[in-house]
Amino acid sequence: MATTEVTWEVFEEQAERPPLTPAQVAWRRFRRHKMALAGAGILIAIFLYIFIGSLVFSEADANYNDLSVRLSPPSWEHPFGTDTTGRDILARTIYGGQISIIVGVLAVVVSLIVGTLIGAIAGYYGGVVDSILMRFTEAVFNIPQLFLLIILAKMFGGKIPTFQFLGRSFSGSVIVIIGVIGLTSWMYLARIVRANFLALREQEFVTAARCAGARNTTIIFEHILPNSIAPIVVAATLDVASAILSEAYVSFLGLGVQPPTATWGNMLDQAYHHLETEPWMWFFPGMLILLTVLGINFLGDGLRDALDPRALAETG
Amino acid sequence: MGRYIVRRLLQAIPLLLIISVILFILANEMGDPLASFGGRRRIRAEDRARLARQLGLDRPILVQYVVWLVGNDWMGVDTDGDGVADARGARRGILRGDFGTSFTERRPVLEIIRERVGNTLLLMLTSEIVILIFSLAIGIYSALRQYSTLDYAATAFSFIGYSMPVFWLALILMYIFAVNFKRWGLPYFPTVGMYDLAVGPTVSQILWHLALPVATISIISIAGYSRYVRAQMLEVINQDYIRTAWAKGLPRRTVILKHALKNAALPLVTILGMDLPLLLSGAVVTESIFAWPGMGRLFWDAAQDTDIPVLMGILVIISTLVVLFQIITDITYTFLDPRIRYD
Repeated sequence: MATTEVTWEVFEEQAERPPLTPAQVAWRRFRRHKMALAGAGILIAIFLYIFIGSLVFSEADANYNDLSVRLSPPSWEHPFGTDTTGRDILARTIYGGQISIIVGVLAVVVSLIVGTLIGAIAGYYGGVVDSILMRFTEAVFNIPQLFLLIILAKMFGGKIPTFQFLGRSFSGSVIVIIGVIGLTSWMYLARIVRANFLALREQEFVTAARCAGARNTTIIFEHILPNSIAPIVVAATLDVASAILSEAYVSFLGLGVQPPTATWGNMLDQAYHHLETEPWMWFFPGMLILLTVLGINFLGDGLRDALDPRALAETG
Repeated sequence: MGRYIVRRLLQAIPLLLIISVILFILANEMGDPLASFGGRRRIRAEDRARLARQLGLDRPILVQYVVWLVGNDWMGVDTDGDGVADARGARRGILRGDFGTSFTERRPVLEIIRERVGNTLLLMLTSEIVILIFSLAIGIYSALRQYSTLDYAATAFSFIGYSMPVFWLALILMYIFAVNFKRWGLPYFPTVGMYDLAVGPTVSQILWHLALPVATISIISIAGYSRYVRAQMLEVINQDYIRTAWAKGLPRRTVILKHALKNAALPLVTILGMDLPLLLSGAVVTESIFAWPGMGRLFWDAAQDTDIPVLMGILVIISTLVVLFQIITDITYTFLDPRIRYD
């Protein structure tokens, strides 16, 4: 490999260039990651689909029953066909997508709050608190998630009434599903956060903060947490993908968000009965779930490579 | 090593107790177990109270848990439901092998589970074998021909497989290999059950019915595992001892399969062990779709009827398996990689 000769000018030019901030380094690494860019592209396309789509179709279109055209195959009028009560599947995938993505993101917010709190407290205080919290985490971790999801979804199902938000009415089951998915997926995050806190709490900057009289909560949230943000971001991104899948599983089993509010998951609810004759009913929502999850997984992979502090030093 | 195993097994006991407490509370909060008792008829309030007393459901949750755990042959129970304890309990508790009696089927839980567990094992073990063979083959091939067309294809396949909802894959496989194959006059795969009722449970029938569920479970897992094998293989084949093996003039087969693979396959063992809960979760959905009479489907049916003894039985067996598998995984690791020592 030919090396460029380092003349004085080149050296001077490089010396004058200000060093890159960590964010710039991360962006450069991310940009080089082709799959991550593809993932971002897919996600942008999905976002455009569900947001521009909702300007074209109103929510009333998505929930409009027209029994005269029930179960009709894709046509110009209904590009994705219609379902058992003659609702347009294209319009429903648009509104369903919004709910599915909101459920995915908010469920991760719930699991972030629970996981970060438990992990941070366990890792920071150590000792008895740590062993109690970690035994609990380990116990929940060892119960297969879908079993927990089914039990919790049944437990809280139908307990919250329909509510109005931003001029639209949502089935209360949206809240239930967000909570249930969030409460069954925080364990991995708690472990990551705890491991980071265990490593960081012995560092000089924490000792310095403590000497300066900072309170425990200040040290936890302002000193240590910002330093362990990278692995949390990566895990949370990938968690959105599994939350969207979880929503689909729970809905497929009929315990998810209740109609008429559409989600990609509950559009597949009755799919089994239409396997043979109406494949369009289950093909399109499933395809959209696949694309979204795929996009998020690509993105998360790229973020992992971009934010990995061990690899940070070697690029410019 | 012996001490390590004993220590791990002892640690598993409190863990399983915590799990069982969490599950017991959740299962009891899940719904009204008496709702499905009268079938379609509504049961009267006084019958309800009597039933609750007979089943011990009126007692505090902690007492119910203790009864479930160690039995009630040390306390009085109310067999006729009149509110007065009149006999000694007959339950022996799960610690003494009594899983209780199903609310809906009125038979011992263990008997019900025993009928199903073999079917789930058949499905799981077949899938595991298929997963191992294919992920090793694809992973090794991708690593040896890095950046070839097939490697890229395998990468794409693995990401897609990893992002796909299990049930949607099942629907697509059914649509292609059952619905359309039938339409095109090809031999088509069955989608429901374990065997054709007209033919009976012969080996060929069961294999034929296994095809689609096993394919569904396997494709999702192969996607992830082949990536691991590839990454591990790439790391290993660039190491000095592999170059030494080549330099000694060993045949290609020996270098790759004996020297490289042994180290590359190591993480796969951990992942197989750790992904067991995932696989079992998948079984709930897969068994429901393909009407496979296994534990997953049993769990789903029991969840709908709030049949707490059956639910708890399944959950306890599965959690124990998961915890045990983690210990076995760690121990297997020491055999495969002598550098790892736990003592």
